[in-house]
Amino acid sequence: MPEPYLAVAPYFGWDVVRDVQELLRYAFMQHAYEAGTIVALSAGIIGYFVVLRGLSFAAHALSHIGFAGATGAVLVGATPIAGLLVFTMSAGAVMGALGQRLRGRDVTIGLVMAWSLGLGLLFTYLYKGSAQLAIGILFGQIFGITSQEVAVTFAAGFLTVLALVAVYRPLLFSTLDEEVAEAKGVPVRGLSIAFMVILAVAVSEAVQVVGVLLIFALIVAPAAIAERFTTRPSRGLLLSAALAVLFTWAGLAVAYYVPYPVGFFITTIAFGSYVLARLAAPTLIRPRERGRELLAREEQLRHSP
Amino acid sequence: MARSVSPAIVAEGVAAAYGNRLIWRNASFTVNTGEFVAVLGPNGSGKSTLLRLLLGLQPPAAGSLQVLGKRPLRGNPQIGYVPQRRNIDRDLPVRGRDFVHLGIDGNRWGLVLGNAASNHQRVDQAITSVDAQAYADRPIGRLSGGEQQRLLLAQALAGRPQMLLLDEPLASLDLRNQIIIAELVAELARANGLTVLLIAHDINPLLPIVDRVLYVAHGGLAIGKPAEVITTEQLSRLYDAPIEVLHDSHGHMFVVGLEAESAHHDA
Repeated sequence: MPEPYLAVAPYFGWDVVRDVQELLRYAFMQHAYEAGTIVALSAGIIGYFVVLRGLSFAAHALSHIGFAGATGAVLVGATPIAGLLVFTMSAGAVMGALGQRLRGRDVTIGLVMAWSLGLGLLFTYLYKGSAQLAIGILFGQIFGITSQEVAVTFAAGFLTVLALVAVYRPLLFSTLDEEVAEAKGVPVRGLSIAFMVILAVAVSEAVQVVGVLLIFALIVAPAAIAERFTTRPSRGLLLSAALAVLFTWAGLAVAYYVPYPVGFFITTIAFGSYVLARLAAPTLIRPRERGRELLAREEQLRHSP
Repeated sequence: MARSVSPAIVAEGVAAAYGNRLIWRNASFTVNTGEFVAVLGPNGSGKSTLLRLLLGLQPPAAGSLQVLGKRPLRGNPQIGYVPQRRNIDRDLPVRGRDFVHLGIDGNRWGLVLGNAASNHQRVDQAITSVDAQAYADRPIGRLSGGEQQRLLLAQALAGRPQMLLLDEPLASLDLRNQIIIAELVAELARANGLTVLLIAHDINPLLPIVDRVLYVAHGGLAIGKPAEVITTEQLSRLYDAPIEVLHDSHGHMFVVGLEAESAHHDA
């Protein structure tokens, strides 16, 4: 990833306004913040459902399938994002059609994932371009994003969030209680496919920021943290989105001052937050509640014959 | 509430298939509005399939079926359904209240604005009606089987149905909770004039409250008053197992042998 060359030492201090001005002084940083925010918002929101539906590994695999798509697209002269979208959306539709049967298919998913990386390796080799391209796709290249790509990202992010708002309730219903949802007329199978296709779009967006390999940091980590702190789906969703945005902003800011890759900072902040969250809220239930639960169970045992 | 004679379910010569296999046929029966019917029968006899037909989740293989005056249609808001439960994940970060709420607007697309307050009120009412206020705000996976069953019942009630279809709501409950939940269902059904079909393995907790019993066995359906169907001869024939019906000094019936039957075959 090309490190930006800065003529003057950047300002950093207690003047928050000046800090923000400094962070947004250059076009590449503005673009990074614009794209990063949109990507984080959609990743955080869809991530809540990814974790709730137990599809973290499938989401991870989707991004790897995207690697084959992105490198393949470059090979045939298209833009990487086009290949990403085509590959992840097709794979997502297939995964969605499997529905509940997708769970517990670790071996199949893992093999497809490994094969996709292999394909991507072949495409990179055939392209004979620099390894820079592959590294950019694998680990993200948010600082190289153009204003045109920001526009594409904005459109994709807007559609992702809009689609999720439209299906929110039936999606939650079919996630929590598939049988009743089906009986109540929710198109469970169609929703499963739609969800995976929306996820494919969100993953393709997120790949631009953190790359194929670090996708967990933006899609899974914020949601996993949020689910430890709230038992209300609407709050969990908002908290997850807010955390994803926060991780991205913080990672970009640190990377502006410290000459190490932004992907490293975002994943480190996500991981650190998850560790802190586990320490702070080891379980959803407080000790008092657990005590009450145990008492109730004892009571029940006493009354049962 | 006065019991109307208009039928809630009319089946004429209905046959049901499970996969490529016909599991029962020639079923003709009527369930009246406000009736409480226990559905009994050995495992795999097609009790859950009967509910699937009534819910419109699968069509009858033959015959005609009318539910609340219409052909069964998936998504009928007049039917409340509680399916057979597998275990709910203990770490599921969702409150019982959220489950109940889905019973009102879980099948609605987009944002539901405007009637948020009245929906919350309906959720509260449903939770109160099953007496679950104390734990409705706790993660549902952490509750006991009886508590979860109450909240799932509240979810079905929140949709303001005319009919309840309950698939083994008493399974995995201890005897005391079986009786409590069965009586709760009966009470709610009486208060709201609901027609209830309840699948069960053990008839004993239900004997004091059911109007009629629907047996699914030997590829057919039979319906009748408990006193007619629940006899030693009838049950032993239906289950292909030695079952005894005892009568105590108060005239109460008690069925012996079914518990063992269900324990042996439970999947």
